[in-house]
Amino acid sequence: MRPVYIAGIGQTSIAEHWDKTAQDLAYDAAQQALHGYTGPIGAIYVANALSAALGNQSNLAPAVAASLGLRGVETLTIEAGGMAIRQAQLAVAAGVVDAVLVVGVEKVTDVLDERREAALALSMDADWEAFHGVTVTAQWAMVMRSYMHTYALGAAAFAPFPVNAHANGVNNKQALYRFPISADKYQSAAAVAAPIGLLDCATEADGAAAVLISATPPAAGAVIRIAGSAVASDSVALHSRPDLLTLNAVTLSFERAMAQAGIERSDVDVFDVTDPHAIAAILALEAMGYAATGTGYLLGSTGAIRPDGGVPLALGGGCKARGNLLGALGVLQIVELSQQLQGTAPTQVADARIALAQCMTGIGSTVATHILVRDA
Amino acid sequence: MELARHWRQRNARYRLEGSRNASTGVVAFPAEHGVDWQPYCLSGHGSVLTYAVVHAASAGYENDSPYIVAIIVLAEGPRITAQLTDVSSGEVTIGMQVEMVTRLMADTGPDGLLLYAYKFRPVL
Repeated sequence: MRPVYIAGIGQTSIAEHWDKTAQDLAYDAAQQALHGYTGPIGAIYVANALSAALGNQSNLAPAVAASLGLRGVETLTIEAGGMAIRQAQLAVAAGVVDAVLVVGVEKVTDVLDERREAALALSMDADWEAFHGVTVTAQWAMVMRSYMHTYALGAAAFAPFPVNAHANGVNNKQALYRFPISADKYQSAAAVAAPIGLLDCATEADGAAAVLISATPPAAGAVIRIAGSAVASDSVALHSRPDLLTLNAVTLSFERAMAQAGIERSDVDVFDVTDPHAIAAILALEAMGYAATGTGYLLGSTGAIRPDGGVPLALGGGCKARGNLLGALGVLQIVELSQQLQGTAPTQVADARIALAQCMTGIGSTVATHILVRDA
Repeated sequence: MELARHWRQRNARYRLEGSRNASTGVVAFPAEHGVDWQPYCLSGHGSVLTYAVVHAASAGYENDSPYIVAIIVLAEGPRITAQLTDVSSGEVTIGMQVEMVTRLMADTGPDGLLLYAYKFRPVL
């Protein structure tokens, strides 16, 4: 297997893009990622979760290819950004193609909330969970309640995560929400799925991100290599897991990616995880071994997740402030973390050289972990 | 909800039928299939493992909001996701004993189905 590099990145703002189709957004992000690139593109992978359910459009990848003037190229549409990055990394590493353009796109604001909740619920077990009126937020809320009960915690323990996300998002011109929130406001917010309140609940929005993955680093600028890439799975139904508080696919994909990269846990300088709610980030940090079981929330209250802390998280604003791009999230994570390694991020971690992206679908039923390393 | 999709789960949804492994005695819900697995009706008794109160509901459940969803540990061992009923959210506790009842889940319209299934209530 040969080394694989990030050769270009691009993104749109995360917003309510009333005037744009999914194809428009994908085009805008892709054009940025391809800026200045003159080599061949062996394949285009498009990551999208909800276009078929909410946009009356499946088959997105050939549409994106055609809009870029690349009709004829190999195309593939994938449900989640992290998994698309993984497939692109494999294809390039294996020498099958020299470059893959990965475009993540989501267009979810054309419909009302109830329909969007129903579409999000497609990631659950249809017969044994979604049929009973469970929403994805309700699932995380059940996990959060179990965590609070097991470790005797109040809601205040979770507040530092969305507070940090919003503080970081203020600097991000592409973010959906660019205002800070306080722990007091967090605690007084209306319930969405109790115990999860409005200020612990990421907003889904429209946007696109693109990454050019290549066997050759870009001619100029930082050399960023995908040093680790792994995907693992868990049961779709939450109730089928022996322990509700263990995100096993996070652990498995993390361990595989770290072994490939040949680095230690403490080597990672900057993180982005799928964090629609504080509990998701807390359990992910525990599953990766950055906190002992039942203590992940302390990484919030001690400030470790802040830009100057030991496990800086959600630098672009996380799902909460930047907005949740769902199926495109895993691609956007690579864009934001590449900026961290280039030293050009809106909220920059000083001297960041190694970054970790963790992308999950559902409530951790499929998880991709990627390690990016700046070589030069 | 299509007729066949609901109909094929009728034994599970109407009488909590799972399966029991004849050689190990393990009870499964939903049913496992294979040579050693035989149909087995669960007692419908269990306890609340965790729960959430849904305010922002999915399409089809808007009129029920807020409602309580839970993961319940059934007396025979399997865990199940279901709504709680006949109880207010302030009265629910983790560990609370509950029992299965059959309730209307959704009315899918004049040309659609009335979908009945299990919910759980505090033990009477």
